[in-house]
Amino acid sequence: MGDGQLLTGILDIAAGVFLVLGGVLSLAAGVGLIRFPDAVSRLHAATKPQILGLVFVVIALALSVRSGAALLLLIPVVVFQMLTAPISAHMVGRAGYRTGDIDADTLVSDELAADIASAGRGDLRGGAEEYPGDDPIGDPIDRPGDGPLDSSSERPRTVENG
Amino acid sequence: MTVLLWIAGSLFFATALLALYRVIAGPSIVDRIIASDVLLTTLILVVGAEMVANQHTRTIPLMVVLAATAILGTVSVARFITRPNDARGQAQLGEETPAAPTGGESR
Repeated sequence: MGDGQLLTGILDIAAGVFLVLGGVLSLAAGVGLIRFPDAVSRLHAATKPQILGLVFVVIALALSVRSGAALLLLIPVVVFQMLTAPISAHMVGRAGYRTGDIDADTLVSDELAADIASAGRGDLRGGAEEYPGDDPIGDPIDRPGDGPLDSSSERPRTVENG
Repeated sequence: MTVLLWIAGSLFFATALLALYRVIAGPSIVDRIIASDVLLTTLILVVGAEMVANQHTRTIPLMVVLAATAILGTVSVARFITRPNDARGQAQLGEETPAAPTGGESR
């Protein structure tokens, strides 16, 4: 009996410690948002609590609730966040690069600039219009759209020729 | 336990305040997206922390839904910030609205 109470006490304290760890990570993101100079380094700070902070809070919840059903529901939370957080961070980072929201002095190397230069699209640095390989919505629809347009512009010619 | 809960709660509160400040003051729209993302992440963490504090599991579905849909707002806004901006790299909202018709033309 005493052992059970001791165990639940330890688990509760551990849950509280994990909560505080999640809060510390969260606060690190907040402080990084305020103190870092440009959008991309702010993004670096902001992505810390998205995965690890959430994992800490979920662990705290699992330690505190101690039921299998709750754990079964908590796993999708972490899985969904692990699936979606990199995508949104990638999109925001790309948007930050394109709008020129980067302090170029803080960069050690800018590999994307080298790639853009080798592609002959120097205008993409610091924000530019869309380039064809990048539009996930427009691109697959564009190519069939281009095909019929070209063939229809040729088809009258063949009709005139015939 | 209560002390730990108060510490964690005040840390979350401070984070939310800092993120809110960056949403309001952030010079470019990219900063505002990032800050609102942090605000939403903090909200998810607070929902979890509240369940620990009050010993229930009723809002776990809310955590699932928030974690799964947090991407939508961020991506849909970031998708349209591809216009060239002024020299300081500040995306003016008025300049971005023409970006939406550009996406429409390519379709």
